[in-house]
Amino acid sequence: MSDIHGHAAQHEGQAPAFYLEEEHHPEGSTMLGFWLYLMSDCLIFAVLFATHGVLGRNYAAGPSPADLFDLPLVAVNTSMLLFSSITYGFAMLAMERYEKKVTLFWMAITALFGIAFVSLELYEFAHMIHEGAGPQRSAFLSSFFTLVGTHGLHVTSGIVWMFVLMAQVAKHGLIPENKRRLMCLSMFWHFLDVVWIGVFSFVYLIGVIG
Amino acid sequence: MTSHAPSHEDAFEAHHGHSHGHEAGHGTFKSYVTGFLLSVILTAIPFWLVMADVLDSAVPTAAIIMVLGAIQIVVHMIFFLHMNTRSEGGWTMMALIFTILLVAIALSGSLWVMHHLNANMMPMSPEMMKNMP
Repeated sequence: MSDIHGHAAQHEGQAPAFYLEEEHHPEGSTMLGFWLYLMSDCLIFAVLFATHGVLGRNYAAGPSPADLFDLPLVAVNTSMLLFSSITYGFAMLAMERYEKKVTLFWMAITALFGIAFVSLELYEFAHMIHEGAGPQRSAFLSSFFTLVGTHGLHVTSGIVWMFVLMAQVAKHGLIPENKRRLMCLSMFWHFLDVVWIGVFSFVYLIGVIG
Repeated sequence: MTSHAPSHEDAFEAHHGHSHGHEAGHGTFKSYVTGFLLSVILTAIPFWLVMADVLDSAVPTAAIIMVLGAIQIVVHMIFFLHMNTRSEGGWTMMALIFTILLVAIALSGSLWVMHHLNANMMPMSPEMMKNMP
């Protein structure tokens, strides 16, 4: 508001202009917009968590979490995602120093950890389905596969995005556009790790102790 | 009014400079490593509690897991997502608080309603059970 008053008062005698002539905040709103996307994504996960909270004990005389979940495997999976978080952090630090090769190196490491995570999760899913504990077995398993599968799909798209950005950085370097994209992927990747904290605490650990 | 113009210019520059600062991120090597070490500890404790069967009863174990999970989420928000009350003029924090409110309503509301729905369901007699499809 002070802008408008100042502007109107500066040109007294002329017709007052009640609008901003310069474009307000031309860049820099991408981060806020992407953050709002993440918050809406968070609501998707909240609904899936609520569904699992409601249905998570309805085994339909089928297997329970204690029968199915292999906690050492989940622990390894969790560490993969945690390692990928810090390696992406190192990529961001290298980006700020404009070290293109180091950035690409840490992004590749992050993608490898992400691939390891998705592979272990697919192995777990295949193992469960092979044992007859597929999503159609009980309400507990339906909600489990929906929640954990949605998270896995997010990680998979994050990996695809990582490779696309690696190609972009390799071709065009650390230009402002690529830095902005890397920042968005950073938020996305760390956000997925935050969701995974909820998954391993609420679904796996509390599921196993019953 | 002429004295006002430069101060406005300064404020604009300062604000602008900050927004660039946000784009570049606030992370340092130290903050990433601190966040990582805290996360490792906060992940290891709940897994140890469950896998080594440390506590006999389930309820305190579940409570500790939930509390440690909540702390770890805050750690990730601060050290990895660089959340603070200043970025984007406080709007990221505002959006986060609004989302937390919606998540709390969705989670507690669903559990509450469905718990009462289960409790108030008509009890089933053995005859009804027999005639089920």
